Amino acid sequence: MPHRCPTTESAPARWLLIGLALLLLSLFLLLPLLAVFVEAFRRGAEVFFAALHTDAALSAVRLTLLAAAISVPLNTVFGLAAAWAVTKHRFRGRALLISLIDLPFAVSPVIAGLVWVLLFGAKGWCGPWLAAHDLKIIFDVPGIILATVFVTFPFVARELIPLMEAQGNDQELAAVTLGASGWQMFRRVTLPNIKWGLLYGVLLCNARAMGEFGAVSVVSGHIRGKTNTLPLHVEVLYNEYQFSAAFACATLLALLALVTLGLKSAVEQISHQGATRRT
Amino acid sequence: MSISIQSIHKAFGNYTALDDISLEVPDGSLTALLGPSGSGKTTLLRIVAGLECADPGSGRILFHGKDVSEVAAGKRGVGFVFQHYALFKHMTIAQNIAFGLDVMPFAQRPKRAEIRQRVAELLHLVRLEGLDKRRPHELSGGQRQRVALARALAIRPKVLLLDEPFGALDAQVRKELRRWLRQFHDEINLTTLFVTHDQEEALELADQVVVMRNARIEQTGTPQQIYDEPRTSFVYEFLGEVNKLPDGRYIRPHEIELRFAAEEGVDVTGRVSHLFVAGPFARVSVVPEHGRRGELEIWASRDQVEEMALANGDVIGLHFPTLKKLT
Repeated sequence: MPHRCPTTESAPARWLLIGLALLLLSLFLLLPLLAVFVEAFRRGAEVFFAALHTDAALSAVRLTLLAAAISVPLNTVFGLAAAWAVTKHRFRGRALLISLIDLPFAVSPVIAGLVWVLLFGAKGWCGPWLAAHDLKIIFDVPGIILATVFVTFPFVARELIPLMEAQGNDQELAAVTLGASGWQMFRRVTLPNIKWGLLYGVLLCNARAMGEFGAVSVVSGHIRGKTNTLPLHVEVLYNEYQFSAAFACATLLALLALVTLGLKSAVEQISHQGATRRT
Repeated sequence: MSISIQSIHKAFGNYTALDDISLEVPDGSLTALLGPSGSGKTTLLRIVAGLECADPGSGRILFHGKDVSEVAAGKRGVGFVFQHYALFKHMTIAQNIAFGLDVMPFAQRPKRAEIRQRVAELLHLVRLEGLDKRRPHELSGGQRQRVALARALAIRPKVLLLDEPFGALDAQVRKELRRWLRQFHDEINLTTLFVTHDQEEALELADQVVVMRNARIEQTGTPQQIYDEPRTSFVYEFLGEVNKLPDGRYIRPHEIELRFAAEEGVDVTGRVSHLFVAGPFARVSVVPEHGRRGELEIWASRDQVEEMALANGDVIGLHFPTLKKLT
């Protein structure tokens, strides 16, 4: 009988577990991904590219990029500031602040969208004032950006808080005793220590900003060519039985997901190498 | 530059970390803050450095007679070495040491060549030549410790503050570095205040030892004074091993003399419960007879133990030449 290390499972058990995991993985993750691409090209590449080349699709892509371009930098700055405040200082209400940062994760995106409608909609709290000043937020681009910012709020902060908590603030204090100003300390000491975590958070934040459906759907109003983001556009096409076009647009989102995953694992690998070198 | 600490008080919420602490650190001295964890010694060091604020309205910190209580840490001119060194791990050793010079305002910042020169001098001073391009993770604990020291010295501080400087090192390196630090201090003659919980370290290294306990100073003095004339029972017990007799008197293990039970001048007789011989020394544990509780520990020479042919269970006499009674 071959020698077996007591910490490894027997061969049948191993194959059973691995097989089960692979089955579930392909059933729930790979198959849908594959289906998106197969459906998109079902009626040929011509239809595929034509679907992407309509005004409505291009406008949806533009709006999606705009929403991401505003919400990602905003939440990056906010996440940094929040993580800094929460991890480097002890103050009253700190626990409350940490919970508040998580709020967008806790509430359903639909509720998040409804809150904005309640606040800024025509019949909402600020509605009359907005109407009087000729400002439109709900069923318009500002509403979509607001909803996106809200939903993607926690990503960067959530990524940084445990990281900065674990690092403590000894290095920052050392920089202070050596005469560094607040900005010098941040740029030369804090930022290099958290850069990979930050990048990771930004990636996830971006993926969500471009892919968000629920909250954006509530505030958008689905005005084609104006307030449709890419995910909303896919839904509209699908509801109009234009399956190939819907899937063609969906491939863009799928590609975004794949690129994000690729970058994410690259970031993990690089930062992990850095970490093991350091210990 | 002398440090003068004047009635400093510090509380964290309901917890009092420092209770009316006053202390003089003479110019050029090496002073140890010694105490168990939670005694407030690190808090005091951080207040001197400006990393922590004393309670408003409590007292003052003077450097060479000048009040620095409201001066920011970076402008106090202190070199601070953290317990775990806090080296910038993404920078090389040379970059670490140069940091304090690099962040100076443009008008005061030395030229590049000067900074390079200074880093080379400091590397030489802490005996780490040739390691300038390494990164902290490539160095041993003792080397990192010296990098932290060099980095703190780069800004030509007026006082040097060390938080548990040898706390994270293993016993062998700790002993070597301790001797080295003493020599180093004698060479550069910088007023130095360091925190430790290791009494041996404080006694061997310092000119002045400050024993702290529960947010207060128990006793201040030279290592000799602290060891030979402890003022309180806490200091007695904290500095080295000591036997506490049931009537409240203290005696150190090496002060008890072993005699035969029937000999003259025997204060107590007792039974040997444990005998341990290592090298030229012997440790003898004796349980006193006549209802006294507790064991007494005696340090004797191996020669004497062998001469008396001591064995476990023997009844022997003990003589206490000096006895101190303390509160």
